[in-house]
Amino acid sequence: MTASHPRTSLLGTTALLFEAPGETTLATQRRIWALALEAERWDSVREAVPGMNNLMLIFADPPRRLDAFKERLVEVWSEIEPLPFDGRCIDLPVVYGGDGGPHMADVVEHTGLCIDDIIALHTSPTYTVYALGSHPGYCYLGGMDVRIATPRRKVPVLKIPGGAVSIGGSQTGVSASAGPSGWNTIGATDMTFFDVDRTPPALLRPGDSIRFKPVRLLR
Amino acid sequence: MIEIIEAAALATVQDLGRVGALNLGVGLAGVMDPMALSAGNILLGNEEGAAAIEIPLFPFTVRFRQSIDFTVTGADCAPSLDGRPVQPWFACRAEAGTTLTLSVPAAAAWPAARAYLCVAGGVDVPLVLGSRSTQLRGSFGGHLGRPLRNGDVVPTGVAKGTASGIGLVPPSLDIPVSVDGVPAVRVLPAAEYEAFTPEAHQRLWSCAWRITPQSDRYGFRLGGDELIPTAPLELRSHGIVPGVIQVPHGGQPIIQMRDAQPSGGYPKIGVVIEADLWRLGQAPIGSRIRFLRCTWDEALDAGAANRRWLEKARRTVSILADRRTV
Repeated sequence: MTASHPRTSLLGTTALLFEAPGETTLATQRRIWALALEAERWDSVREAVPGMNNLMLIFADPPRRLDAFKERLVEVWSEIEPLPFDGRCIDLPVVYGGDGGPHMADVVEHTGLCIDDIIALHTSPTYTVYALGSHPGYCYLGGMDVRIATPRRKVPVLKIPGGAVSIGGSQTGVSASAGPSGWNTIGATDMTFFDVDRTPPALLRPGDSIRFKPVRLLR
Repeated sequence: MIEIIEAAALATVQDLGRVGALNLGVGLAGVMDPMALSAGNILLGNEEGAAAIEIPLFPFTVRFRQSIDFTVTGADCAPSLDGRPVQPWFACRAEAGTTLTLSVPAAAAWPAARAYLCVAGGVDVPLVLGSRSTQLRGSFGGHLGRPLRNGDVVPTGVAKGTASGIGLVPPSLDIPVSVDGVPAVRVLPAAEYEAFTPEAHQRLWSCAWRITPQSDRYGFRLGGDELIPTAPLELRSHGIVPGVIQVPHGGQPIIQMRDAQPSGGYPKIGVVIEADLWRLGQAPIGSRIRFLRCTWDEALDAGAANRRWLEKARRTVSILADRRTV
């Protein structure tokens, strides 16, 4: 989605989706976070939920005059400054390949790279948490090297375990609990990302970052 | 306390859903038919959002460990108390030790798939992130974060009043929506609507979509004509809500339901309006459903009609309860 103007659309009567124009960048995401903080204060908004360079606004009570709501949102966007952020960075030890990384071979085949290069490219960036979504504690990360991008699997896997490190298209992520996934799992970590008895329950929040540390490679 | 004697799969404790945790990746959960839950709670003098047991598969049998008022709303599953039939959508009294059995929904005056066992005082499992609903992915909320099993004992709250003997007419009879005799739900076009072919648009609004057996609390997979976009679409992950009609590459739509993940990236052709999600939540597997295009104002009016129905139910129950105490 690389339109030149922001776009708004309805998610039924439940929410409105705001999509920022341009390529997906951290600079835009910092403005999305700022817009979320602003919109959350509005009476008509119950929750403001950032996605990847977009924002879902759940209505407290859907406004009759929708145009006025949209105009206000686009106007605030045009003026909003990027949110300063000083998130913390955590290191995630990852065992690559083996039983915990059953789709490494598919990434090798698609990218034409050897396993060592894939691990080097996957572990070199510091990945910023753009948003949480998908399932409790799951982080959408920005910053993966496009050279290891691998399309989502044609047939999703019914259950991958929590801690699975995977690549889907040009994104990478770590499952926070067991569930179905269409992504390619290349490794495993045993970090607990979500514990409902902890305050806050999620380990990470937007603006935090992750570095993957290779502890072992199972061939 | 309620003891589960025989639970077919996937019976769960649910309330109106978990609000305010989307930024943790935690979806809504909650009952598939909020009108049935609210009505049940109104009949029992409970808070409207008190938790109940949602039962999608039968038979289902419980034993009441103490005397308690209860009602079974949603589907008509021929409830019987120690073998004696009791009316669905009526508040009834169960004596301590009696057994309630719910059977496969028969051809009732109102077709529906899910029953709600509501009890005076509500199902009193702990609040987790503000809700008693069962969150299956992540395993928390509800009863131990999982569906109910035989032998489970579920706590009940403190009753606020007695209301047995009072009943309501289900809203599917009072405020039905159908097109050409097929049950319908109202839909607003979504972001990628215009990216689909004119033929896909025509099919969306005219097909009687079949609810396939691969349908559950996560999503309803529909069978019908293929919906094809004019060009392949790649979307960035964004928030989604129950009611979103996604169209994966195969062209067969999937409607997101209460346990759907709160974000996604498939093209969205439309969204079932919130006011009609309870109708969809009761659509039996194998039945057909039509999509009825509506305007923003019509969608808001539909929400107001639901609120009026609940308001009327509240008045009816309070008048009948007053009359009885005279």
